[in-house]
Amino acid sequence: MASQDVAYAIETEALNLWYGTFQALFDINLQIKQGRITSMIGPSGCGKTTFLRSVNRINERLGYVRTTGSIEVLGHDIYGPDVELVQIRKQVGMVFQRPNPLPLSIRKNVIFGYRLHEGPHRLGKAQRDEIVEGALRQVLLWDEVKDRLNRPAIELSLEEQQKLCIARLLPVKPAVLLMDEPCSALDPKGTEAVEEMIWELRGRYTILIVTHNMAQARRASEECIFMLLGKVIEHTPTGELFVTPQNRETADYIEGRYG
Amino acid sequence: MSRVTPASIPDTQVMDRRNLDWYVDKAVQVLVFVGGVSAILFIIGIFVFITKEGFGFLTTTFDAQEFFTSPRWRPTSEHNPTYGALALIVGTASVTGLAMLVAVPFSLGAAIYIGEFATGKTREALKVLVELLAAIPSVVWGFIGLSMMNPLIIKLFNVPVGLNVLNAGVILGLMAAPIMTTIAEDSLKAVPDGYREAAEALGATRWQVIFKVVLPAAKNGLVAAVLLGVGRGFGETMAVLMASGHSINLPTSIFDSVRALTATIAAELGETAVGSDHYRALFTLGIFLFLITFLINLTADLVVRGIRKK
Repeated sequence: MASQDVAYAIETEALNLWYGTFQALFDINLQIKQGRITSMIGPSGCGKTTFLRSVNRINERLGYVRTTGSIEVLGHDIYGPDVELVQIRKQVGMVFQRPNPLPLSIRKNVIFGYRLHEGPHRLGKAQRDEIVEGALRQVLLWDEVKDRLNRPAIELSLEEQQKLCIARLLPVKPAVLLMDEPCSALDPKGTEAVEEMIWELRGRYTILIVTHNMAQARRASEECIFMLLGKVIEHTPTGELFVTPQNRETADYIEGRYG
Repeated sequence: MSRVTPASIPDTQVMDRRNLDWYVDKAVQVLVFVGGVSAILFIIGIFVFITKEGFGFLTTTFDAQEFFTSPRWRPTSEHNPTYGALALIVGTASVTGLAMLVAVPFSLGAAIYIGEFATGKTREALKVLVELLAAIPSVVWGFIGLSMMNPLIIKLFNVPVGLNVLNAGVILGLMAAPIMTTIAEDSLKAVPDGYREAAEALGATRWQVIFKVVLPAAKNGLVAAVLLGVGRGFGETMAVLMASGHSINLPTSIFDSVRALTATIAAELGETAVGSDHYRALFTLGIFLFLITFLINLTADLVVRGIRKK
């Protein structure tokens, strides 16, 4: 079968997660294909964002999170004892719900992640400019901002800010991009532009995108995961999930009977 | 035939009736207004009073060159009184400078620990403790300087006198640190959490998050914290009076005794004849102090509002 050649970027086994005494994820077993765009849908509080935030372990900022089971990113157990948090975060970039550019210039935002990891060998200005340009070109932002790279990033529109937030991940050379409702703060036009850009990135990165917007999941993803109350209900190619859902809950949700 | 009852039409007199609520409301409005305005009036009043008392000196005996360049403060000399404030200014400045060297690392360190590392009960306990420290009366700090630091300095550094710039600077630094910590911590807390999250998700370590994101973002508040500490240092009287040695001196090392502007006023004002040159000269020192602290606080305020930011 052809599917045997498919490499998985994220694999979880029996993943359970608690916030204090509240269990948010139940026995999650997922295999997310490399180089694909996978969307996660489900009603509020179903655990999709929680799942996303455990793939780069940013969940742990809260301090009262407990996890069992395993998550492997590109074959490495990220909860393993010999794994360094910094290495995980280099491989797994994250885009947040609200664009959160740092209070720096556009150029410094893009190069920020790179500079964290560059070590003692510093690049010349020309090489840095190349990195900045490359990243901004990949997110289709270069032409809009090339003349104001030294302006504060907060002067950009929300759509541009969100693109910038994606651009600043790229110089670190991540394999996986996690996106937590990346368009929910944007207007329809901005949403379209960012979706289009994400679609451009497919193949180069494994993208896992959480969304509230079913139409978005349908348009902009190749695989789709439906979650409900902390459990994975269905995981199939996007077309199949929306046309021939296998479960009643999925069918009810995509037809808008709840959620 | 239908009869419309006029009961539903509001009687203008009923609507205009001033009941108790109306009077209470008016009274509170007036009270709040008076409260707000009186603070400003009092400050203006104080400034006018100080200026009036010192003005006579400023227009007659005052000699700017002598005041700012001569270290001879001899207002009680019978034949030739001199009013050089240089030694006092240098005394205050050196004590405050040393105090900041002590207070800035302590308070920033404490603020970073409380704001970025401590959690839950530790954090709450530390905040309460810092606020308690800020409430220690300055005479108690002066007492510590006089009775504990003094012998300690004599013993440690083998110097004849322990009441000097070092003693007063350390005491003043410890005094200013709590309030600086509180303000610095507030400004760290005001940094949006999204910045920290963004940097962490990019793989920044805790220190990188603090040094590359949080501290630059909180820069204005931190500068304001330091400036308010400086203002506190210039204005502090009792602790400096007790710990500095109170001798008029241009210090050449931290082991020299000095005298501060504030301490001079506190110590001499009670013993001068009202309206005399000496009395007025002390008020001139007051005007000078008032202007400096006003400028420092104003700068701090402007920095907090980010006006200096382009």
